[in-house]
Parts: sequence; structure tokens; C-alpha cells
Amino acid sequence: MEWEAVIGLEIHVQLLTKSKIFSGASTAYGALPNTQACAIDLGMPGTLPVLNREAVRMAVKFGLAVNAEIAKRSVFARKNYFYPDLPKGYQISQYELPIVRGGYLTIRVDGRERRIGITRAHLEEDAGKSLHEDFHGLTGIDLNRAGTPLLEIVSEPDLRSPKEALAYMKALHQLVVYLGICDGNLQEGSFRCDANVSVRPKGEIKFGTRTEIKNVNSFRFVERALSYEIARQIEILEAGGQIVQETRLYDADLDQTRSMRSKEEAMDYRYFPDPDLLPLVLDQAFIEAVRQELPELPEAKYRRFCEQYGLKPYDAEVLTASSALADYYERVVQDSACDPKLCANWVMVELIGALNKENREITQSPVSAPQLAKLMQRIADGTLSGKLGKQVFELMWQTGKDVDALIEEEGFKQITDQGAIEQVIDQVLASHPKEIADYRAGKEKLFGFFVGQVMKATAGKANPQQVNALLKAKLKSQ
Amino acid sequence: MALSVEEVTRIAYLARIGIGSEEAARYVKDLSDILAFVAQMNAVDTSEVEPMAHPLDLPQRLREDAVTEHNKRELFQSIAPQVEAGLYLVPKVIE
Repeated sequence: MEWEAVIGLEIHVQLLTKSKIFSGASTAYGALPNTQACAIDLGMPGTLPVLNREAVRMAVKFGLAVNAEIAKRSVFARKNYFYPDLPKGYQISQYELPIVRGGYLTIRVDGRERRIGITRAHLEEDAGKSLHEDFHGLTGIDLNRAGTPLLEIVSEPDLRSPKEALAYMKALHQLVVYLGICDGNLQEGSFRCDANVSVRPKGEIKFGTRTEIKNVNSFRFVERALSYEIARQIEILEAGGQIVQETRLYDADLDQTRSMRSKEEAMDYRYFPDPDLLPLVLDQAFIEAVRQELPELPEAKYRRFCEQYGLKPYDAEVLTASSALADYYERVVQDSACDPKLCANWVMVELIGALNKENREITQSPVSAPQLAKLMQRIADGTLSGKLGKQVFELMWQTGKDVDALIEEEGFKQITDQGAIEQVIDQVLASHPKEIADYRAGKEKLFGFFVGQVMKATAGKANPQQVNALLKAKLKSQ
Repeated sequence: MALSVEEVTRIAYLARIGIGSEEAARYVKDLSDILAFVAQMNAVDTSEVEPMAHPLDLPQRLREDAVTEHNKRELFQSIAPQVEAGLYLVPKVIE
């Protein structure tokens, strides 16, 4: 039987505020344990939460970016459960009336576009961290993270393959970083993903029983975890078994999911409106002000790059991966006034290659966009061949110097003087009489050998087009 | 609507309140009475009424995003039963 997977993702995005969602404690990462946990975060009696305007603004920004409805009135609720890293015994979240409802995100997989529905996005506070090792049988609690603002974004069960799930996760990550509402740091837990997955016979409309996979917190693992889980479910169903609705944990080392220790009783969070917080009411002016702040979104930028610069879809996708990279590319094109495709190749191959090799971000590039633009011009005007350009780029990368200074200092200028090139060709031909004979006898492949010798003799500086033309003429005439 | 002893025991467990079987019987009655009262109110047609999230008819005030609280760990931990390396220590919750 042919099976179809049905996947929905719940992604927790840590909002990039300075202070916590309900208190004035810092949200900076990496502080000493409990030095950023104030009385409100600790759930001390007599304290009251006060909502952070910036967290609200960021949630609205996200909602507008995915064409969702922004709730003019939303309500905070208590989600009740007991765990030591949750000091109050409840998490303040939103339940029936979230701030963002509906919306969608466009993903592209294998050249095919799909709109993935977003059910809702709500504001909530994060819990602290539990450390289970090294405390002689006790658990250590660090509450610095308690109260950090989160936006939980819930997708519709619209995803049909692990590949689509990965594409959605990446698109959402790209969007929240573009919006400047999240630093996107997966290692530090700023972007966390849980996946709901079920399978059903292809063509079936009803959903199968789903399982939830917790903490698929890397792009590398989301595809693998889902592939494993889908195969596991299909195997059970094909053997005539049934799927148990449960929470499972992905173990990256073993590349498999396993059932989390079943709780003695199913969770019942007993949500109710938090009496400490009044309904959040937003007026149209607030929403419009946020709309004004929206940057060009990844999807729009991608389409513009395809049209305006005539880029291939793949190239446009790579160059719009982050707004910093897109800005860099556009600066190179504008400053150089060179062919956008030539610029795209240099940014994608040389620049990104060099950045990746040293594990740097585009913002840390030793070669600035105006500098790369100058290099583009020197290639376009024939001063440098593509090959020489690469050597110059490497030197620019290492020294931070401008292209013209390096051409001057290192004598990189391309040799375009016909007399000089002819002289070299004559020398090369004079010292290879046997090869000439072979070439004339029909071994035409040797043409490449002669070109190579000429380039070698000029340290790669001879203009390749001229070398080709002159060599051809000489070999014919001699 | 009458609650069962099992339901009351479960509610008590979820709230982490330890109650004995005698108390459970009393709570069955008390809580069932409350629910009966709720059922009486449910008889009123409220389909046109927006649910009330808060008794105060005011919107939530927002604060500016600024760090105003500073490290008072020592003060807070002075009343904690057990601390180590800046962490609050609690009985182990997972095996």
C-alpha cells in the first residue's frame, strides 16, 4: 500500500527582547545561574506580571508577515503543571484567544511551491532549566530563562514529507530572522521545534493517530527524525498493529525515536484566564505602525531577485537566504554596474566559499561589497581574467587591500599586448617541435597543451582569448 | 452533575493536594454542590454574551522593554532550602 505522511510543526521562537515578557530582568544568554531571575520570575508571592510592549510588537510583526489576522483582543491564560523549573506552578500562555490567528508561509521543494497554513501563534513565557547531573542525587535549577518571551507558532497539518517539514522550518527561521524578532540561534535554543506526525493510506481523508516528536532542534535532524518515525508507523500499520498516541524523543546518536517515559496520568493543564493579566487590546493604529516597520520579506525579495536580476531560482534562493547577504549582493551589483549574473557567481562561489571555509558570517567578511564591486569592474574591463581575479580575490581576503592596489603591487595585470603574447607563443612552439608535428598529424587535443604552456610561461596573466586566437593562427601558418 | 470519588482524587492529584478517603467523600459533596450551582447558571441563555476574561473592564497596560531588575541572587537564595553553584537544588524529578 502507498502511504502518505501528515506533519504539523510547533515551533517556539525566542523573541529578541532585552527584558523578559512579564518582568524587567535581562534575557541575555549565558549569564551565571539565577543572576537574571527576579522576584516575578521566581513566582514570589505578591508579585504581578506586567506585559512587555516589545514582545507584543514582535508577535504582531510576525502575524502581519504571514498574512494572519491580528487579534484586537487576546487573553493570557494559565497552563497548570508542576515541574521545578516552573516556579509558579503554571506557565502564562495564551489558549482560547491567541494574538495571531490564521496565515500562511510559502515553501519551495524541488521547484514546486506550496502554501503551508499557520493555525495560530501565541505569546508565552519560557521555563527555567533543570540540570540533572552532578548534584549528589538532586536536581539543580537555573531560572535565568524563566520568563523569556516565546512566540509559539503552530502550523496546520499541511506538510506531506520530511523534506517539506525541513523546508517549512527553514522558511520560518529565515522569516523570523529577517523580521529581527529572533536571533535564530538553534544551539542556544532560540528556535525549537516539536513535530506532530501521522500516516494514512494515500487518498484517505481522515488523519491517522499521531505521535509528537519533541525537541527536533536542528535542521539536520528534523528530516531524519521524521523519516524514522514515518517508517516506524508504516511498519506497525502494515503488520496490522495500531499507533499509540504518545510523545516520543528523537535520539540523534541512534537515529531513532523512542517513547518518553509514560506519565502516570495523562496531562490535564486546566487552562483558565490569568486573573493577574487583563485582556490585551490592540488598536488599528498600533497594528499599522508595526506594518510600517516590516522589511522586504524573504519571499518578495526572492521574486524580485529573479525578475530584476534575471537570476535562476536556486541562485535567488541562496542570495536571499539572509537579508545581510542579499544587501551585500545588491551593493556589489549597484556599485559595479556589472552583469548581475557575474556578480551572483562571484558572491556565491568565491565569497560564500571563503566564508564557509572559515565559518564566518557575511557580516564578518574581510572583503566588503564595494571592494568586491571594484574587482567585478576589473574583470569586466579586461584588466583581469577570471582566473587572475580569483587569485586577486584570495589576496584581498587575506590582506583586506583593494583590487587596484594589489594589481599594482603584485603585477597582476593581464597581458593584452599582442606582441608580448606572440613572443611567448614563439618560444613555446620553438621548444616543442615534436608536439607540433603530432598536432599537425591530427592530434588536435594538443592545442590545450600549447595554451597551458603559454599560460604557464606568463604566470597565468596572458589574456586567454588572445592566446587562443594567436596560437591557432601560428599553428596554421607555420 | 455529581462527581465521582475517582474524579475528585484525580483533581486533587493534579493540584498536588494530598487528601484522605474521608476528605475525598466530603469534597465529592462540596464540589458537586458547586457544579450544581454552575449548572443552574448554565440554564441562562448567554449565546449573545462575550465571555468575560477579567472582572475589570480595562485593557492590559504595557511596559517598555527595559532591564530594570538586577541581580539579587544572594538575597533570594538566602531563603532557599538548598543551593549549590548558584543553582536551586530540588529533589530529582527524572530517573
